[in-house]
Amino acid sequence: MGKIEWAMWANEQSLAAGLIYATGGIVGVAGQFRGWQFAAFGIAAGVFVCLLEYPRSKRGKGTSVERTGQYCFTVCVNAFGPLTRNYYVRAFLHAALCVPGGFMLATVLGCVCLGIASLIYLSAAIHGEHWEPILPRTEPPKRVGDSIKEPPQNPPPRPPPELRRKKADKLETAAYDNPMSVTVNE
Amino acid sequence: MGNWIINHGLSAFILVVWMGINIFLFVYYYLFYDQGPQFEYTRELLGSALPWARAPAAVLNFNCMLILLPVCRNLLSLLRGSFICCGRTMRKQLDKNLTFHKLVAYMIALMTAVHTVAHLLNAEWYTNSFQGQYGPLAGNLSMLDDSSELKTTYLNPVRSNSTTPTLLVFTTIAGLTGVVITLALILMITSSMEVIRRSYYEVFWYTHHLFIIFFAGLVFHGAGRIVRSQQVTDPPHNTSFCEDQPENWGKKPECPIPQFAGGFPQTWMWVIGPMIIYLCERLLRFIRYMQPVSYRKIVIRPSKVLELQLVKPGFKMAVGQYVFLNCPAISQLEWHPFTMTSAPEEDFFSVHIRSVGDWTEDLIKMVENLPEGGQGPKMAVDGPFGTASEDVFDYEVSMLVGAGIGVTPFASILKSIWYKFKDSDPKLRTKRVNHAMVHFDKDTDIITGLKQKTSYGRPNWDKEFEQVRQENPSSVVGTFLCGPQALAKDLEKKCVKYSDVDPRKTKFYFNKENF
Repeated sequence: MGKIEWAMWANEQSLAAGLIYATGGIVGVAGQFRGWQFAAFGIAAGVFVCLLEYPRSKRGKGTSVERTGQYCFTVCVNAFGPLTRNYYVRAFLHAALCVPGGFMLATVLGCVCLGIASLIYLSAAIHGEHWEPILPRTEPPKRVGDSIKEPPQNPPPRPPPELRRKKADKLETAAYDNPMSVTVNE
Repeated sequence: MGNWIINHGLSAFILVVWMGINIFLFVYYYLFYDQGPQFEYTRELLGSALPWARAPAAVLNFNCMLILLPVCRNLLSLLRGSFICCGRTMRKQLDKNLTFHKLVAYMIALMTAVHTVAHLLNAEWYTNSFQGQYGPLAGNLSMLDDSSELKTTYLNPVRSNSTTPTLLVFTTIAGLTGVVITLALILMITSSMEVIRRSYYEVFWYTHHLFIIFFAGLVFHGAGRIVRSQQVTDPPHNTSFCEDQPENWGKKPECPIPQFAGGFPQTWMWVIGPMIIYLCERLLRFIRYMQPVSYRKIVIRPSKVLELQLVKPGFKMAVGQYVFLNCPAISQLEWHPFTMTSAPEEDFFSVHIRSVGDWTEDLIKMVENLPEGGQGPKMAVDGPFGTASEDVFDYEVSMLVGAGIGVTPFASILKSIWYKFKDSDPKLRTKRVNHAMVHFDKDTDIITGLKQKTSYGRPNWDKEFEQVRQENPSSVVGTFLCGPQALAKDLEKKCVKYSDVDPRKTKFYFNKENF
């Protein structure tokens, strides 16, 4: 399937799963369903997953697109270091969080979606991906040149050596060194 | 404002009509289930969660019917061809098919959410009713069983004390198919997010085929007939009199035991048509795939652009249209769209392909390793698609702006103008064409081989517009853009700035997006 970064899809899936988990939980609690304790857990787990998954990771290749206002979330998530960077940890965490959802109908969908997200994260981890924060690049302040009389760093562009070589009989009058040696017959 | 109406009026109208139908269906079916007398006893068990589940179901039926149609591109081409009489604005709506597809998908997602939540409540309340938590009437209704000796039919799908909502869902056809297709829908949506689509199209495309599971489950979703309504008995059951004395049912003449039956599944009636049409569409793509396509010429241009000149028997095109190419050697299932750069007057059609992602890179690599004059890899062609860009020919003066690979439709147009001019086509009104190609790499070839007025680099638009205005007083100039959105905004402003209502002065009309 091409060089996919699985984590990107896992991220979308887990964000959706978090929302579904939380919504199912709200229905379960508001409707005072039997087993509403699992629903309450679902709300907490769903919200937690959403907060964790909201900041997108920096991509291995290509341009990363941030979600609106994700910077503060990035900083929080980044603060946990390897716990949040490592996708094995995330896969395991999602798998653990989704299990209580399976005990109640309202949260069962959230459970399955989070479980699938966990599997995709596992795939990402196996492929060696990890989470990188998208941080604004601090550019070095542009230095105003002390003197505009600095000499140029590179030589002027020239045609390639094969075209530059002078014929053997014109070597003496040449203005520059011949880049390759020539004999009379060339 | 007038410009907005011309550009967007018909789209807005179609959206209003679509939304209107959605709202009508929702309200009609809500009231049908909320007030219909045959559901009086069902509502006793479920309250308003019944209509809240059935109303989005109706909207879902409508939208699941619609969603397959915008992606039947051959059907759209057929419609486009038969709308020749009806004006270009109508036909241009067909170019916005993917936008409509996404809109309908969002509506399906929203209605699925409402429907699912309502059914979560239903499952819970059915269970509670059976366990007698809602009073004697609900309890008695729930106790009715399917029994031929007692001559009763059940109302509550929960039939035993050990049934939990979860068990109810997973042991009924409706529940099981519902969970499966909702899951398929969620996976389809998460993999269709723009980020995923732009970077890893394959994930999106292959996951999207879960729609097969979605539609299969959808058709069977109602087969269990779990929504039950009261049937007319002989003698009739007087609900208002009998509901207060369920213990007397079957004992009093006004209160025979109420009978119930499940509703006939209707979803298949909505979706069977589009499913067949879509099947035909995929069949047609397969037939096109089998048709032989030969290479007339293969040229590798600078800046990693590949030009392919292809010949396919029976192929007819118009300017500005595009085709889908499939190269089985690279990928069996992927079709990629490319605008055609040749003119219809030529006996072949050509595409210019830029190296952007996996597929295009692989194709260019494959072609680079070909022997001199050899045939390229087997290629299948589907199309042509898209509204023809005939607007360009309606203006006396046309200004065509193409950015990067966006010059491709213009190549087709310019070549066609040249041919029409050569053959003295009387329908050609265009007297003068100014073409600006914005290239970031000045070494790129002229695609068309025309000498007239193709300028390179990033133009100073004020100067260009001023010059065109001076050279063409009292003319209507059509400005056409194929390029990025930022450029579109810029050009639109310039068109407004340099246009004048005075008939002795120049007027610029801006055509953006796919013209």
